[in-house]
Amino acid sequence: MSPEEKNGGPSHTIAVLVENKFGVLAKVASLFSARGYNIDSLSVGVTQDPTVSRITLVTRGDERVLEQIRKQLSKLIDTIKVMDMVKEETVQREMMLVKVSAPRRERAEILQIVEVFRARIVDLSAETLTIEITGDDGKIAAFLELLAPFGVKEIARTGKAALSRGPRTLKSVKS
Amino acid sequence: MSTRAKRPIPIKSSKISGAEIIYRSLEREGVKYIFGHPGAILLTLLDLFLKRSQIRHILTRHEQCAAHMAEGYARASGTVGVCLVTSGPGATNLITGITDAYMDSIPIVCLTGQVSTAMVGNDAFQEADIVGMTRTVTKHSYLVKKTDDLPRVLQEAFYIARTGRPGPVLVDLPKDVILGEAAFEVPEEPDIRGYKPTTRGHPRQIERVAAAIAEAKQPILYVGGGAIHAEAHAELLKLAETADIPVTFTLLGAGSFPSAHELSLGMLGMHGTAYANYAVCECDLLLAVGARFDDRVTGKVSEFATRAKVVHIDIDPTAIGKNKQADIPVVGDARLVLHELNKLVKAQKRPLWRKRVEKLKADFPLLFDSQSSPIKPQEAILTLSQEAGDRAIITTEVGQHQMWAAQYYNFTFPRQFISSGGLGTMGFGFPAAIGAALARPEKLAIDIAGDGSFQMVMQELATAMQYGVPVKVFLLNNYSLGMVRQWQDLFMDRRFSEVGLEVSPDYVELRPAIRKMIETPGPFILDVVVDPDELVFPMVPAGAATKDMIVRDDRKRALSGKLSALPDN
Ligand SMILES: Cc1cc2nc3c(=O)[nH]c(=O)nc-3n(C[C@H](O)[C@H](O)[C@H](O)COP(=O)(O)OP(=O)(O)OC[C@H]3O[C@@H](n4cnc5c(N)ncnc54)[C@H](O)[C@@H]3O)c2cc1C
Ligand SMILES: Cc1ncc(C[n+]2csc(CCOP(=O)(O)OP(=O)(O)O)c2C)c(N)n1
Ligand SMILES: [Mg+2]
Repeated sequence: MSPEEKNGGPSHTIAVLVENKFGVLAKVASLFSARGYNIDSLSVGVTQDPTVSRITLVTRGDERVLEQIRKQLSKLIDTIKVMDMVKEETVQREMMLVKVSAPRRERAEILQIVEVFRARIVDLSAETLTIEITGDDGKIAAFLELLAPFGVKEIARTGKAALSRGPRTLKSVKS
Repeated sequence: MSTRAKRPIPIKSSKISGAEIIYRSLEREGVKYIFGHPGAILLTLLDLFLKRSQIRHILTRHEQCAAHMAEGYARASGTVGVCLVTSGPGATNLITGITDAYMDSIPIVCLTGQVSTAMVGNDAFQEADIVGMTRTVTKHSYLVKKTDDLPRVLQEAFYIARTGRPGPVLVDLPKDVILGEAAFEVPEEPDIRGYKPTTRGHPRQIERVAAAIAEAKQPILYVGGGAIHAEAHAELLKLAETADIPVTFTLLGAGSFPSAHELSLGMLGMHGTAYANYAVCECDLLLAVGARFDDRVTGKVSEFATRAKVVHIDIDPTAIGKNKQADIPVVGDARLVLHELNKLVKAQKRPLWRKRVEKLKADFPLLFDSQSSPIKPQEAILTLSQEAGDRAIITTEVGQHQMWAAQYYNFTFPRQFISSGGLGTMGFGFPAAIGAALARPEKLAIDIAGDGSFQMVMQELATAMQYGVPVKVFLLNNYSLGMVRQWQDLFMDRRFSEVGLEVSPDYVELRPAIRKMIETPGPFILDVVVDPDELVFPMVPAGAATKDMIVRDDRKRALSGKLSALPDN
């Protein structure tokens, strides 16, 4: 596989259940770097079962690359389950904190945007506002675009979290 | 894999030391030899080797060789090889061996000493983050943090190393974990929720394979190292003979099918036989069994077996579709899958295809100019093969001699040929032969060596002498790094740079010398001075299609035209 093949292509969200143990995240990260796969975002947290962590990662590649990524992830001994989180069948959210310049005369306008996006002001100073927003890729991108003219000073994103729609869950049993 | 319920068997309920747990775990796994090099962290464990005799510790002269010996032992015996080294430099010296085992799917367990858990991360004396350094070249690794975890971790390590696609597992053992105490309790079989390798092929897929075999006019079996790990040789022979399918094998598949069988095409790939490569170009069904479509085999992969429907039987789902798309993938153990397949495959004759293959064999045989002085390396191997035959287990180093060994030795049984394929590690063969000699004392372990490679690991002669291991070194001495020299010969206008290894030879006659080597008890080096200008052919230039291989030694053609450009690698 050429580097272009590996790094191009559409973005995909993959959920991985892993043992909640020391060193497991490093194994996942090493796998991606050793094999030249991209990680656009990654979030990790413990699940309802304290021995299991859930990693949600966003990567890019064509179907063949994606298949290898899925298989390689499954092959890790500490991986319990791997699932493709297809956009239409899942709920996907990311949280972002954004600090934007907000001199008094522009505040009203910013607050209006915040309201339309159902975002929240979480901190403010004489010159800035810090806003929290949760949403899917599209919403977050649109929000950033609207804030850009005011001067975005800093952002922090959590990486994506995703769950299947409906009653389906990711069981911690290897199929 | 068994799904038996976890039933703890308390072997002894009172607490014992970590060192004792390690020793008993090794005993429980049936370990007979452990290859190692000590350090202070291991003292209490080493002490047990004085008191007990169930496990023999072989003191190697370099840790890399401990890993290669464990690999040779594993390859020859079909069981897990074990090595034990100290922290820091001991552990880092193992890395080449671990990587070699990873590339060739060899089951070894590497035990490394580590500084005490309280010191880990402090840049303590002889601390090295070996788990971090080997993360991408181990099948799995553990840093044990409590003595209580030791019994389970060691049991899992052996289990993971030998099941599924075999591979190296590293267990890092901090000093306080070795010194601490815990109860030695383990379940009968480990139960690892994230590790359930698929061994039985899907019945529908197997039916599809049987149908494809029945339909095919020109099928080929392409057999790799997985057939040997799976012990699938009997099923393979049955399938080939029943359905009349010619067989070609990879470097690591050599021995899975008798080289001299009428259906055998020998090795395929970069230095495979021309007839194997041409037959693969022409086949309409390619049955890959435990082989991973390595670039040394396929050449330019987009032109590999383009007319063929591809069946890929492999225990590792990641191997399937990685380099070549499979039309019928079958995930499972090669022996179990072929066993099921054989129940469905009907006897068939393919006279036209067989005739075509015979013609390819007749038109493009393996060739060299026989002469007595200097000795031709091919001649040396043919003579060795005649004299040592199936008494021998052959290991090799890496280079031209390795390719000639694969081409000219007549392999008759699985695990007879042990070579470093994926990593191509010079210095593999001699320590591997020591491991193989210990694993199979009834056989004669012979390292077909190159002078360059042997000089990387010569210190292990001391190990062989100390333990009286009767290994033979059949040194094909061309006073050069022949394989690199060959590329300079073909692609750099014969500008030979940094490939000469000049020392002065002693001449003796070949056949009587081979006999003397075989008959002399104990370690023996036979220095066979061979023609340094001899090149390995056939050769598929790197990145070229297999159909464009250079069939014979025709240097003029090689130097002109498209081959004068230096290939990628
Ligand atoms: C100088 C040099 C030149 C070389 N030239 C050649 C050449 O001309 N031709 C050649 O063939 N090689 C050559 N090689 C070796 C080459 O680099 C590869 O190592 C080799 O081709 C790989 O062999 P394999 O496909 O059998 O795979 P292996 O590395 O042996 O892999 C085994 C495969 O079988 C699978 N497997 C394991 N256990 C089982 C099981 N129980 N059931 C089913 N599947 C299983 C594994 O998942 C894996 O996919 C050369 C090496 C060197 C150093
Ligand atoms: C550790 C290591 N270093 C370098 C190489 C690159 N290399 C491949 S073959 C070869 C020459 C081997 O020489 P020798 O053992 O004498 O074998 P010959 O080709 O002469 O038969 C070299 C340097 C390698 N495979 N392994
Ligand atoms: Mg040489």
